[in-house]
Amino acid sequence: MSKRPSLPVADAPVRPTVWDSPAMARRLRRRYAAERRFRLLGLAAVALSAAFLAFLLVTMVAQGIRGFTETTITLPIDLAAADLPIEPARVKGRSADLALAGAGLEDAVDTAATMRFGRDGADLLSPGAWLAVRDAIKADPAILRRTVTFTLPVASPFDVAAKGEGTPDAEQVVARLKAQGVLSTGWNWNFLTDADATDPTRVGIWGAAKGSLLTMLVTLALAFPIGVLAALYLEEYAPKNRWTDLIEVSINNLAAVPSIIFGLLGLAVFLNTFGLPRSAPLVGGLTLALMTMPVIVIAGRNAIKAVPPSIRDAALAVGASRVQVIFHHVLPLALPGILTGTIIGMARALGETAPLLMIGMRAFIAAPPRGLTDPSTVLPVQIFLWSDQVDRGFIEKTSAAIIVLLVFLLAMNGLAIYLRNRFETRW
Amino acid sequence: MNGIVLLILIVGLGLIAWAVSRMRALGFRRRLGTRISSLPHHHGWYVALWTAAPPLLFLAIWAATSPALVTDMVLGTPAAAQLPPPGFERAAILSEARALAAGRAHGAFHTLSRTLAPAYDAAQARVDWIATAVVLMLALAGGTYAYLRVRPDFSARTRIERVILGLLLGASLIAILTTAGIVASLLYEAGRFFSVVPITDFLFGTHWSPQVIDPRDPGASLGAVPLFWGTFFIGAVIAMAVAIPFGLLSAIYLTQYAAPRARRIMKPVLEVLAGIPTVVYGYFAALTVAPAVRQFAVSIGIDWASSESALAAGLVMGVMIIPFVSSMADDSLAAVPNAMRDGSLAMGATPSETITRVMLPAALPGVVGGVLLAVSRAIGETMIVVMAASGVATLTANPFASTTTVTRQIVDLLTGEAEFDSPKTLAAFALGLTLFVITLLLNIIALTVVKRYRESYE
Amino acid sequence: MSIPKITARNVSVSYGAKQAIDDISIDVDMDHVIAFIGPSGCGKSTFLRTLNRMNDTIPSARVSGDVRLDGQDIYAPEMDVVQLRARVGMVFQKPNPFPKSIYENVAYGPRIHGLANSRAELDVIVERSLTRAGLWNEVKDRLSESGTALSGGQQQRLCIARAIAVDPEVILMDEPCSALDPIATARIEELIHDLRGRYAIAIVTHNMQQAARVSQRTAFFHLGTLVEYGRTSDIFTNPKEERTKDYITGRYG
Repeated sequence: MSKRPSLPVADAPVRPTVWDSPAMARRLRRRYAAERRFRLLGLAAVALSAAFLAFLLVTMVAQGIRGFTETTITLPIDLAAADLPIEPARVKGRSADLALAGAGLEDAVDTAATMRFGRDGADLLSPGAWLAVRDAIKADPAILRRTVTFTLPVASPFDVAAKGEGTPDAEQVVARLKAQGVLSTGWNWNFLTDADATDPTRVGIWGAAKGSLLTMLVTLALAFPIGVLAALYLEEYAPKNRWTDLIEVSINNLAAVPSIIFGLLGLAVFLNTFGLPRSAPLVGGLTLALMTMPVIVIAGRNAIKAVPPSIRDAALAVGASRVQVIFHHVLPLALPGILTGTIIGMARALGETAPLLMIGMRAFIAAPPRGLTDPSTVLPVQIFLWSDQVDRGFIEKTSAAIIVLLVFLLAMNGLAIYLRNRFETRW
Repeated sequence: MNGIVLLILIVGLGLIAWAVSRMRALGFRRRLGTRISSLPHHHGWYVALWTAAPPLLFLAIWAATSPALVTDMVLGTPAAAQLPPPGFERAAILSEARALAAGRAHGAFHTLSRTLAPAYDAAQARVDWIATAVVLMLALAGGTYAYLRVRPDFSARTRIERVILGLLLGASLIAILTTAGIVASLLYEAGRFFSVVPITDFLFGTHWSPQVIDPRDPGASLGAVPLFWGTFFIGAVIAMAVAIPFGLLSAIYLTQYAAPRARRIMKPVLEVLAGIPTVVYGYFAALTVAPAVRQFAVSIGIDWASSESALAAGLVMGVMIIPFVSSMADDSLAAVPNAMRDGSLAMGATPSETITRVMLPAALPGVVGGVLLAVSRAIGETMIVVMAASGVATLTANPFASTTTVTRQIVDLLTGEAEFDSPKTLAAFALGLTLFVITLLLNIIALTVVKRYRESYE
Repeated sequence: MSIPKITARNVSVSYGAKQAIDDISIDVDMDHVIAFIGPSGCGKSTFLRTLNRMNDTIPSARVSGDVRLDGQDIYAPEMDVVQLRARVGMVFQKPNPFPKSIYENVAYGPRIHGLANSRAELDVIVERSLTRAGLWNEVKDRLSESGTALSGGQQQRLCIARAIAVDPEVILMDEPCSALDPIATARIEELIHDLRGRYAIAIVTHNMQQAARVSQRTAFFHLGTLVEYGRTSDIFTNPKEERTKDYITGRYG
């Protein structure tokens, strides 16, 4: 070992560092203060994000919970005095609705309300109030001959006022009615079974929920098999060439394309070129399937990649063909991962709004769709439509619809997490 | 109706073919007692495929072409001579006659359609007969050919596997098809738009008011610069001003400081934030945040503040993007080798000095890539701006003023529009094309940056 | 025998339920380079990391026993980890320069500890550290290039320069040459030789020839215990323990 000549600076007298000098102690205190500040900043960022989430959820729940209830008013109606042109005997079977629709029930209800609550009495009632009377008559035609006390939904302004958000005028009326003891509050079951309507007291979420269900069925039926097969091809077969690269780039890119672009694609291709029906769950499902497929492919590839090569080797070594290895061994082992990815993709599709607006699913649809080609809407679009309404009564309905949507999403994500924890194997 | 019957017929024939050939293959095995290269059910599937696939293919083509065939046959009948010349009325009569013949309608508006209905009925019946005959022929021919090939030494398995491979390849080609579909439809419709409106007017014009379009100079009111600016201002400036610090600091706190238990609780909370549908964010922005922002603006003396301010939409969008930035930053920080952190700690650096001076600079390319992806996502976000931003295009850098975005305009242009060929609706596709190109570029750059970054530490 | 810089007494470390080292007592002093040898997994690196409390970064690690730097208990609550690590520098198995320029790599420590009052002073520290690490002549013209662009051996000397720059009293080296080629290894060994006397040096090594070449004291670890500890020349020529003899003659390890 030869000693290299040292440069002068290397041997220059060094001012020894005095670690316990006051200056050093001050500096150290400053550094620790900075450390604490930084840490606190990070904590604040996390806490604020969580607080925002909590605030959002609490706001929605606080408003939305009222959407599930309705205010009702008790009103005695003397059906015999109303002298309706209906024979109790005819109110049977299928023609009942038709017979009752033209019988002037609405007027009878309004008259009863005016008699009971004065000149503006009829305005107190929801436009759908007579439907409750109709249903009661259908259930028991005998009541046409006597006076019956009904509990009927009140009109939206008073419903809102009874829940404490109304205009001063409506609040006054409600206070008066409360004093009379005719108001009560109950669950609004119709909200869960009806479709869209023009009056907030009559709207329901079932139409949109069914539309969502049908749309998701189409999406799942297309995106899942195609996604899984494509993932299998890319992981197990694809040769390294330009085509494979093109497929990969396409998939990665599709996963990041804004959703509204898929809506434009659906509009231009499915509606204008293929002439499929507007507003239909079929087209919505097709559009969302194109959007969900890349998500499933990416999740599927990761799950397939996680299956150790030793299992493939073992199966090949006993003489299984490639296809048998894939369908007997790789796919079953990768399935939990694929399913988790699929559920997450489907949850995203369920909450998607923009592309469906493009293909006309924003129409006013007052009846639940009966098939894949019926005009329909979906939950998020229903939320969007209601949020645009001026009537104050729609605010709580919008939030209530959001709660329904969030419950669905939460359930799906919960299922995904459960699957991940239950079946995911670490190799 | 007939189509469904045919479908059931084909499936039934396929099943029979499957069962018969499987029996035949089983017979070989019993007789020869040796191993045959394929299992009986492979033979079964092979023959079933040959039986069912050709007729199915035929049916698919037939379904697309037969309506035109039927119409041609109807037009050949004497009754069709009374039809008015091609136009709206002629089409209406024909479609009415078709509905009558199919039994979907009971009354008719045009009397002529009543006379044509029987012709339709007859033509449809003939076409159906042809279809049934061809389907049966194809099924029998294919089935027989395949059945005769079922021999002990015939490798049905490899044939079946080749079909499966084709299926897999086909599935993955859907991705390319979708991309091609997007590009083609956007290019085609945007091309039609640019044949009416000069591309320079669209890209560089600063006046956007699609409600009032001068037919002599449609480009004058279709200048998209205010939209580009609004999109950039809301998505890339305001939203990122929220998402970057919050996302980055959250990731740092959760990965570097938080106890494992806190991390287990907080990470899902951030994921929930990412899972909330955008329409919910939009509603929240419009209902709660926008009025609050306006109130704040008024309280500091800006009386003219809009209730559809860029700030409200941007803020909420930023919150929506936080989990995205956070998870990208999380990944980037995790990719920094532990040796780097240990090296700094061993010099006597505090954790925060280590993070800000060593880890973050080392993770910077990954973080930048993540931010680019986040920007791409923010500018493509639609519902928040549809619900909380304004529809009026203004060129302003004031966060309390109202601005509009590309996505918002696409939605506005394409809803409630009856005709599809006006410059107004076509403009939506030009905007879509621009949005697609920009997000594509952002994604490609971001993914390249991130990929190169990952590789640098492998 | 000179005054010990670090005295470790009855040190045990466990990771969760797993005992990594058990009851180790060793001194590190200024005049002698001490080498820790032993088969992999014997706990020599773990022990090294207790001397500057780098084990703190592993949440499951539990340390018991008594480690003193100049008589000060480094595990005492009033001991400041940041200062401790500035006084006890460390060089890692794989060269880990920061993704910054060569200059900034060396200047990093002085900057965070505030050792220089001016840019000129910092320049002096950087030049002196690089000179002492034997790297100055090779990099003086490209100080602004990235530290990761250097060769493996140069990177490791950069890491040594980085450690020297904070003016430590002790330098711990954790298999500093295991990722390097023979020529680079020779340069590092030469450097250790030059640094002796200025710093107390402890080095973990796999390579017994290296231990013999660079150290004056050797400690042989096996299965988490200290088997033998003494003059390097004694350990290699005349080991007292059978296990030491087996190891240095290559019968296992």
